[in-house]
Amino acid sequence: MSLITVLGLLPLLGVLALVFLKKDDALGVKRLAFATSIIVALLGIWIATKFDRAESEFQFVEVREWIPTFGINYSVGIDGISLLLILLSVILVPIVILAGWNESEGGRWSTKTFYMLILILETMMIGVFAATDVFLFYVFFEAMLIPVYFLIGGYGSGERIQAAVKFLLYSLFGGLLMLASIIGLYVIAGNQIGRTFDISSLATLQIDSLTENFLFLGFFIAFAIKAPLWPLHTWLPDAAKSATPGTSVLLLGVLDKVGTFGMMRYCLELFPNASKTFTPMIITLALISIIYGAFLAIGQKDINRLIAFTSISHFGFITMGIFAMTTQGHTGAVLYMVNHGFSTAALFLVAGWMIHRRGSSTISEFGGLQRVTPVMAWSFFIAGLSGLALPGLSSFVSEFLVLVGTFTRYPVAAIIGTLGIILAALYILIPVQKALHGPTTAGNENLKDLNLREKISIAPVIVAIVALGFYPKPALDVINPVSERVITKAGFSDPAPTLGK
Amino acid sequence: MLESETLVVLIALPLFSSGFLLLAGRKADKWGHLFATAIAGSTFLLAMIEMFAMVGREEANRALYQKVFTWISVGSFNVDAALLLDQLSICFVLLITGVGTLIHIYSISYMSHDPDRRRFFAYLNLFIAAMLLLVLGDSYLNLYVGWEGVGLASYLLIGFWNKKPEYATAAKKAFVVNRIGDLGLSIAIMVAFAVFGTVTFKGIEEQANSASQGAMVAIGFALLLAAVGKSAQFPLQSWLGDAMAGPTPVSALIHAATMVTAGVYLIVRSNFVFDNAPIAQFAVVIVGAITLLFGAIIGMAKDDIKKALAASTMSQIGYMILAAGLGPIGYAFAIMHLLTHGFFKAGMFLGAGSVMHGMSDEVNMRRYGGLARYMPITTITFGFGYLAIIGVPPFAGFYSKDKIIEAAFNLGGAKGIVFGSITLLGAVITAFYMTRLFMMTFLGKKRWSEGQRPHESPFLIWAPMVILSLGSIGSGFLLYSGKRLEYWLKPVVDKGGHKHEEFISHATVTTMALTAVLIGVAIAIAKYRKDIPIEAPEKVSIFTRAARKDLMQDQINETLFMRPGLAITSTLVKTDEKVIDGLVRGVAQVSLGSAKGLRRIQSGYIRNYALLILIGAAALIAAIWVVTL
Repeated sequence: MSLITVLGLLPLLGVLALVFLKKDDALGVKRLAFATSIIVALLGIWIATKFDRAESEFQFVEVREWIPTFGINYSVGIDGISLLLILLSVILVPIVILAGWNESEGGRWSTKTFYMLILILETMMIGVFAATDVFLFYVFFEAMLIPVYFLIGGYGSGERIQAAVKFLLYSLFGGLLMLASIIGLYVIAGNQIGRTFDISSLATLQIDSLTENFLFLGFFIAFAIKAPLWPLHTWLPDAAKSATPGTSVLLLGVLDKVGTFGMMRYCLELFPNASKTFTPMIITLALISIIYGAFLAIGQKDINRLIAFTSISHFGFITMGIFAMTTQGHTGAVLYMVNHGFSTAALFLVAGWMIHRRGSSTISEFGGLQRVTPVMAWSFFIAGLSGLALPGLSSFVSEFLVLVGTFTRYPVAAIIGTLGIILAALYILIPVQKALHGPTTAGNENLKDLNLREKISIAPVIVAIVALGFYPKPALDVINPVSERVITKAGFSDPAPTLGK
Repeated sequence: MLESETLVVLIALPLFSSGFLLLAGRKADKWGHLFATAIAGSTFLLAMIEMFAMVGREEANRALYQKVFTWISVGSFNVDAALLLDQLSICFVLLITGVGTLIHIYSISYMSHDPDRRRFFAYLNLFIAAMLLLVLGDSYLNLYVGWEGVGLASYLLIGFWNKKPEYATAAKKAFVVNRIGDLGLSIAIMVAFAVFGTVTFKGIEEQANSASQGAMVAIGFALLLAAVGKSAQFPLQSWLGDAMAGPTPVSALIHAATMVTAGVYLIVRSNFVFDNAPIAQFAVVIVGAITLLFGAIIGMAKDDIKKALAASTMSQIGYMILAAGLGPIGYAFAIMHLLTHGFFKAGMFLGAGSVMHGMSDEVNMRRYGGLARYMPITTITFGFGYLAIIGVPPFAGFYSKDKIIEAAFNLGGAKGIVFGSITLLGAVITAFYMTRLFMMTFLGKKRWSEGQRPHESPFLIWAPMVILSLGSIGSGFLLYSGKRLEYWLKPVVDKGGHKHEEFISHATVTTMALTAVLIGVAIAIAKYRKDIPIEAPEKVSIFTRAARKDLMQDQINETLFMRPGLAITSTLVKTDEKVIDGLVRGVAQVSLGSAKGLRRIQSGYIRNYALLILIGAAALIAAIWVVTL
């Protein structure tokens, strides 16, 4: 059995153990869930140390027959990209559990159910990134919706049911389109190479361009809903506003990355020609997302919705990097996914603490927190600086790689994209000024600063943000070989400098 | 190039000290400021050692290089975290660490009553680290990290007293306006990579001659945008006046002597770009000329001593930028003026701080008057700075400004006459507003209220002022005599050894410049010898009113950018909710067969949506075309 399978099964073991705990033993449930997630994280890190960096193909591969009649296999394996995203997931889960130790309490169901849902979700996150069988991927892709649906609808706040339903409908719609494309692929494979869902085999199919375009769109729209690209984004702010902070972290930090991950793994590898055809349109949509998301973020009054819109802007950068078809753009996009995971996690967690303490998520209700709760204010500020891609912090490296990688092929697009860096300064510094600076306004005088548990949970995120900013090499080394493979396979090579050396 | 193992220490020391002080918590309140000052002092010591070592080496071996680690490496995009200490950067390193140390010392006393003094010193150390990285980075991307790092430090320090909402706003404004400039730096780096395949200074310089004119002009204008933002040049000058919200030592260090001059550094460092892009180079001259007058005009009307000095800084940097735009004949003089300005302007800002210290933080010069009797040391040290900035021989500014005026005239032809005259006119106005400032503050009758007890500041405050005033006296002659700085910088900024024609004799320039100074001083004395009203007179010319309002810069920005920006934001927020989400909801309702959705079809909603979609699609196609150009 591959270590990846073990990694994916571990959270389920935790769920199984949780079953035997009493419902009212909330503390026992939390401790067990946290312990499980820590073990998973440690195993994940151990896998990373065993990972061969120079290799661009899948590692830790395991293939088992699952439904032989349809040629469906349980087949998993990881390359550099999936490794990093799995690492991101397994590191964020214990952080989320620790940070939101009490966030299950306002829920419709028990604490036990909450943590079972979280752990089930963890298994699915690992599965979706590790699957190398398109059908298996689809199963995880769709099944992931269920725990998230219950996490938002059952444990969120405000209009949580509406938000959950909106999320579900949007995702189901995308999922259906993808399913249609998968069936199409399966039929074509059946005619050409036999029944299979294996991604490497499917990548060799000869598809006429009209069909390829349609199949591509099925996948792409599903992914563009997941990592919301304008104009398919309206579910995200609602979900982020209603979900618990921890759920938001997993939703925007990890699950949405399935969308951008899917664009790389499935859209580019399975449909290189269609990808080329649609690139201008996708880059345009990505640019609109960058600028539109930023303007919308500036205009938000609710802190969670603001973070959601900054993410839409950032997903625009990621998508632009993917479809720029250069190694810099591609590697930048992957690194961006990881960095965005950490900085959004920090923003949502701290915002969650602020909201919990203040009893409101409206930015203007806060004021002068820097003097009352310095540690909380600083954590928010640093996370914000990462969000505006300050050089020295992790997001800068990825954002700049995306821009430079786009520029060599689409200079005008890249220059328009740089406008995002001005808007980013606004959408971060405006809430920073309103909430953290100025006189301490009524209702904020007695807020408590972060406690030890909260400090411990935010510290690793901030360390990651700073460390990856100064020394992104370990991550880049893992991504580079895959980027080169994907770009080459899609039939591209980096534009050479106009002046050859 | 000689390799060094230790350059990084210069940056690492203040960087770690800053992080340490921020994390150390209240326990470190007692000694944090001393620790930070010691760190700043040791960077200055290291800088001195490096300088003597450099002077001792052969000219060809003067530059030092250190690769610290591989930072970003993707495909052919390779950027090392690497440092370069050459004849140009050592000037800045000395200025930053030297003035920086003095300002640390000054702040020990100046900030002694502030409960957050430790945090203040942590920010100062952070600034030193970032500014050193800015001038030591061997590539545009490394420079970028320092560039935004100083922006962050500046943001934190302007907003140090952000309890006052307008101070917090000033900090944000500075950061955002600077980001517009950073956009230029980003674009310059992207173009440079696309053209040269590298972003190091050395790599670009080696290929600069073979690049196309279009590429060089693009990089040049992008770099100019960056410089304009950081150095508060027209049209991105509006943040500097507001930045005076920061504690006065910050104004002296960051917003006078060092950070705001980074734009000049960028242009001089990029000499190989501008020398190959005459159009961009000429744009540099124009920006400098406009700003030097712009700042000077504002400086005439300000009653707030710090804002008057800030306007003056803007104007003086205009001189430097103008000089940097003159090409090889101007680079050295830009740097010379930058260094002398570092002394006299930092000295005067500290003097202003000392005055504020003795006057219960009063900044309105109309409430000063006759302070010379109460603050003799402040008056004398400030006086030296004053004489230096207006250009009285043998004070520092006399040498450095004269050389800029001369070089401007030596552009030749109509250009030479126009820009030479502008620099001369600037000298008249400078002499006027500085005399006004000096008279309103230190001379004349006292105009302060009963409660004020003006007094001289303590030793830790006046000692740095004394040292800086020595610089105001001697630094000009020291750098000028025997063309010391010109020869020193030649290997970096004038490799070709350009010969330039002289259209005007040195003696003529000196005579004209001194006459200009005399005129300015004379007008000021005539005007301000009389009693000065405590309240600013209301009945003044439109000209004065405009100058008091910074020549309407904020109103213009508001009309051109802020209001349209806000309109776009609120329109988009509404569109998102009503149109995009509305459409999605409509589709969902229709497909779920709900009555509401059906009603909408009948009531014509759908027609409107269809129209919107059509317009949207057309716009999208246009956008796709633009994007893929």
